[in-house]
Amino acid sequence: MTARIVNISKRWGFHGLTALKDASPGYKIIMGFFLLMTMAGLAFGLHALYVGYHHVYGVTREISWGLLIAVYIFCVVTSTGLCIISSIGHVFGGEAFMPIAKRAVFMSIIFMFGGFCIIFFDIENPFRMAIWNVFSPNFVSNMWWMGTLYGAYLLFMIIEYYFLLEQNHTLSRLMGFFGLVVGVAAHSNLGAVFGMLHGRPFWYGPYLPIYFIFSAAMSGGCAILFFTTLGWKINPEIMNQRMERAVKAVTQVTIFLISVIIFFTIWKILTGMVSEGKELIIMSLLTGDYAVNFWLFEVFLGMFLPLYLLIRSRGNNFNLILVATGLMMIGIFYMRYDIVIPGQMESVYHSLGVVEASDLLSYTPSLHEIMASLFGIGFIALTYFAGEKMLNGHQLEKHEIVPEGGYICPGCGAIHFMEEGETEEDAMKRHHRIW
Amino acid sequence: MKYPKLSLDKLINEGTGSVTVQERRKFLKLGLSIAGVYAGGTILSLTSVIGKAQASGGGVFVEKYPYNPHYSMVIRQSLCIDCEKCVDACNMTNHVPEYGYRTRILTKKYTGKLDKQVEFIPVLCNQCNKPACVRACPTKATYKDPVTGIVLMENKKCIGCKTCILACPYDARYFNVEKRAVDKCDFCWDKRLSQGETETGCSAACPTGSRTFGNLTDPENIVYKLVHQLEEQVWVIRPADDTKPNIFYMKGNMRSVDNILNEQKFKYFDPNKS
Repeated sequence: MTARIVNISKRWGFHGLTALKDASPGYKIIMGFFLLMTMAGLAFGLHALYVGYHHVYGVTREISWGLLIAVYIFCVVTSTGLCIISSIGHVFGGEAFMPIAKRAVFMSIIFMFGGFCIIFFDIENPFRMAIWNVFSPNFVSNMWWMGTLYGAYLLFMIIEYYFLLEQNHTLSRLMGFFGLVVGVAAHSNLGAVFGMLHGRPFWYGPYLPIYFIFSAAMSGGCAILFFTTLGWKINPEIMNQRMERAVKAVTQVTIFLISVIIFFTIWKILTGMVSEGKELIIMSLLTGDYAVNFWLFEVFLGMFLPLYLLIRSRGNNFNLILVATGLMMIGIFYMRYDIVIPGQMESVYHSLGVVEASDLLSYTPSLHEIMASLFGIGFIALTYFAGEKMLNGHQLEKHEIVPEGGYICPGCGAIHFMEEGETEEDAMKRHHRIW
Repeated sequence: MKYPKLSLDKLINEGTGSVTVQERRKFLKLGLSIAGVYAGGTILSLTSVIGKAQASGGGVFVEKYPYNPHYSMVIRQSLCIDCEKCVDACNMTNHVPEYGYRTRILTKKYTGKLDKQVEFIPVLCNQCNKPACVRACPTKATYKDPVTGIVLMENKKCIGCKTCILACPYDARYFNVEKRAVDKCDFCWDKRLSQGETETGCSAACPTGSRTFGNLTDPENIVYKLVHQLEEQVWVIRPADDTKPNIFYMKGNMRSVDNILNEQKFKYFDPNKS
């Protein structure tokens, strides 16, 4: 049994707990901080579950989806995005993108788990969900499809990750393809959860399901750059020529996708300004209570500054990329927040002209909501830092971890295993199904 | 070719005596359907519930409703005095907790009007024929009752995702912590109608008759009569959402409505009356 574990850890480049023990004190402090954040968040979440969300959350009857939903969306958007961008390489064969696949798929799974951690503390009866989603499904409900498809997506991603570790390119590609299809379906369904609420003009329409996909791709590019360059800070050895090329390619794609999102945002604002149902909310984003959120965080930190910095970095300056994408992650969170909360700010009776609904509703996240969100974020950060060490920087080309009988494929950079009597070329052909 | 000369001055006025009742009704209906369009399409929106015929301007009502009894409420807005007895009755009957409500009364203020400065609009679940909440629910915890058309809750299936609360264009839902489920108006089905009562708690408590509850499929029912008259405009809230609501609104203090209630039709239009 022990021998088998050793074997697998060798094959997967798994360094185990010893890698964590060998980490520098600074690294341990960072991990301790995120561990503390996770535990505190979990404690607050469980406390909220125990006393009832009604008492400790800032959400109201009118604004029933608060910070937790915004953070959940942030997480699942990033997860889908990581899947989309990494699929360019290992599903569709874009060679430059191949080296990022392992880390991207790993982070995609982690972000999905983080999202589920957060939504657990938002849904009032999470345990009933498992039962009635199966026994009483409503096939016309976007919420049902979102939950079901994300479940399937997570499963596919985990299987895909397993095959990536196993260096089984055929099956990992197949699973990656299924994961991508299901992920995109799930994610556009998440957009449709909002987009099909026809009583909410700010959300209603095909805009959100489409926007969510592009926005996810942008977030995915940003997340890959952020976590790869951060990984390079942690372990500079992970950078090699192939990885540098991959970072450059992802930077180019991300610059393109930021431009797409700028275009989306401009038209959202302009069309909203002439719509009776959206105008108040749009003006609140432009000049009202949400102006700082919108202009400073969403537009400046989320789009223009990263766009400028990423162009300046030319895809080579990793420090600049790290700063740009770090700020962009904050900006992207505000993008999600500015979809969820403002959509509920205008009372459904506003158009009736009654006194009760004349002003926009307000919402402030409570301490419990912030902490329960940090449970998910802390979990993601903790797992990332642990993964960087334990999985040896998710790298493929490190000589120490190439096991016996294996070699680094000159084509894809992955470790291939030769069967008995096989040449390297034959093995490469077999792995890549070239006959 | 010569045309006969028309002298309009010499034509004799036929008078209104010779116009048949049918002609007059037709004319009135035509006028009303146009008025409906001008008044923001509210008459047209009503037709989505009743059937296509009324919208066509032809003027034939289609008495076909998807449910039987098709419970409905007509709110005569002008009669509401904001005494909130309905809200109290609702809270008592359905054990609504302090933080929630199933029905409420909204206030609309006017300036520069001669007759009144304020108007009260009671709102509640519209028991829509195309309910947005039912579509949004992932687990069918909320559903349209196949007999009465009331939108009901099956509490044990509610996972508390709150999508229905946001899907509802009438803000009719809230999460009830004690029930661990979303709670909403069920036309007092649980506490009154299923026990043999004929009225909801709120309509029974209403001292002015502003809230009128009844069965839309019964031509003798007051709700049927109020909805199927042409004299006074009947509308629904947020018609653009196309949920086909079953709560109808009208001003309700016109004499024509009294006539209907007293079954004295066409009193003011009798051509034989001097």
